[in-house]
Amino acid sequence: MSTDPSPTPVAPAAAGRKPVVIVDDVHVEYKVFATGKRPTAADRRTLKLRGRGKQMRTVHALKGVSFTAFQNDSIGVIGTNGSGKSTLMRTIAGLTPTSRGAIYSQSRPSLLGVGAALLKDLSGERNIILGGLAMGFSIEEIEARYDDVVAFAGLEKYIDLPMRAYSSGMTARLKFAIATMATHEILIVDEALAVGDRTFRQRSEARIREIRDNAGTVFLVSHSMKSIMDTCSRVIWLDQGTLIMDGDPLEVIQAYNKAQDK
Amino acid sequence: MTTAEDAARAGLIKVGGRPSLRNYISEVWRRRRFIYSMARFKIESENQQNSLGMFWVILKPLLNALVYGAVFGILIGTDGRPPHFVEFLIIGVFVFEFFAQSWTAGGRAITNNSALVQSLAFPRMALPLAAVTQQFLKFLPTVAIMLVYLVATGNAVDAYWLLIIPLFALFFVFNCGLALITARLCVHWRDLNNFLPFVTRFFFYTTGIFFSIESRFGPRPPSPSDPNGYAGQPWLVTLTDYQPIHEFLSIARSALLQGPGYGMNNTYWVYATLWTIVIFTFGVWFFWRAEERYGRVD
Repeated sequence: MSTDPSPTPVAPAAAGRKPVVIVDDVHVEYKVFATGKRPTAADRRTLKLRGRGKQMRTVHALKGVSFTAFQNDSIGVIGTNGSGKSTLMRTIAGLTPTSRGAIYSQSRPSLLGVGAALLKDLSGERNIILGGLAMGFSIEEIEARYDDVVAFAGLEKYIDLPMRAYSSGMTARLKFAIATMATHEILIVDEALAVGDRTFRQRSEARIREIRDNAGTVFLVSHSMKSIMDTCSRVIWLDQGTLIMDGDPLEVIQAYNKAQDK
Repeated sequence: MTTAEDAARAGLIKVGGRPSLRNYISEVWRRRRFIYSMARFKIESENQQNSLGMFWVILKPLLNALVYGAVFGILIGTDGRPPHFVEFLIIGVFVFEFFAQSWTAGGRAITNNSALVQSLAFPRMALPLAAVTQQFLKFLPTVAIMLVYLVATGNAVDAYWLLIIPLFALFFVFNCGLALITARLCVHWRDLNNFLPFVTRFFFYTTGIFFSIESRFGPRPPSPSDPNGYAGQPWLVTLTDYQPIHEFLSIARSALLQGPGYGMNNTYWVYATLWTIVIFTFGVWFFWRAEERYGRVD
């Protein structure tokens, strides 16, 4: 897409390492009605519908973000609420289309966000089996990993209950355990650990480091600076859809905290 | 050098692109176990909360047949009623139920599983296929009921019955194709989910589930009760010859029942096969064309 060579996203310091995700001048714009109704095709053509025209708003969620993620990177993403973190993660996962710019990636990432269970009417056990099969495991491979997944999620007592009966923390734990069954090339964790308790947080942070050390790439969106310091080798700071800083975790977090305290 | 060239050199692909159709199909084939397990687990969970449990798989079609049998067998007149009416009706209701349920469930397969689609990376085609498989697994016990009923009411068991095996396999593929097309359309236009029950109901009343199109609209010679005879509506009969659901239903009835009006129409086999090939091939292509679109929030 970009023919403009000036904002080269490949940092020279990283020469020699294999790029996994290239985010190239990405813009994301949403058009929404203030009422929350989805615009129909006709509404998009004629933006000045009576009464609605004024309420139609364009939200510019990302304004030209560029960076490159490499193998063995674990990238913390920080920023205030509404700064575009989740939008960026969804765009990398291909769930939100870019308005301008492009993203290149090695494989389709898995995105772990807060919220819904995978298949809420099915038991935890069956979610593990189906999640594993969906990711391309054979039934034997799933059986071999099953006990580990259950133990990791700490759900031995509840694994036969339907997922709709789980608490949000339990849901997040099981989803994380299922998604990390595969040694992912790219894993995006969007505040999914925030609802977990301390034991689980430590366990999952250890798992993230493990993925990173096995040539994977992890994105971690979090408001817990401690989690980010413990797991990330690099931090990106977003503010109002713009990339403010990209670099060493300590430096970026200090600059971010300073800006917050102002 | 542009970023796109950089990316290509590093072996990266553009996010929002899709795999080649060939790779995509082989990925879906690798997920066949997923498709089958998902279908089975969903059936079990559907019934878990009912006290009668899995018994509903059999009870539901029976009640359906009973209601339609009462309404169309007793309340509504005998005009256009074919021989073996009860068997005719049961086969019609059961086979049509499989079609209608596959269509609505398949259409909702992507929109109803958004959490799964947004979290894990897998070929989305597995979901509509799993939905149709689920309906097919529910259809099998009703076929058994159908056959038991036929034997119990004194219909002779014969080798023709075996024809329902290739027939229902063909029908399964046809329904998969239709589900794939509808699943994509529902992603573009969610409101379609609300229309589907009306569309299937339209087919239910026009396909000849509880009356025979041929004897209702076909020509009848003069008889003592009807001295002028009836010229019929030949165009309507010709039209239904090309209607796939009518073809599948007619073949099923011809395979299972004997007597006048139940001769096997071999051109129906040709038409039904052609419909299946066209709908399924188009469905696979059509669904794949929007693979990157599923699960998107925009």
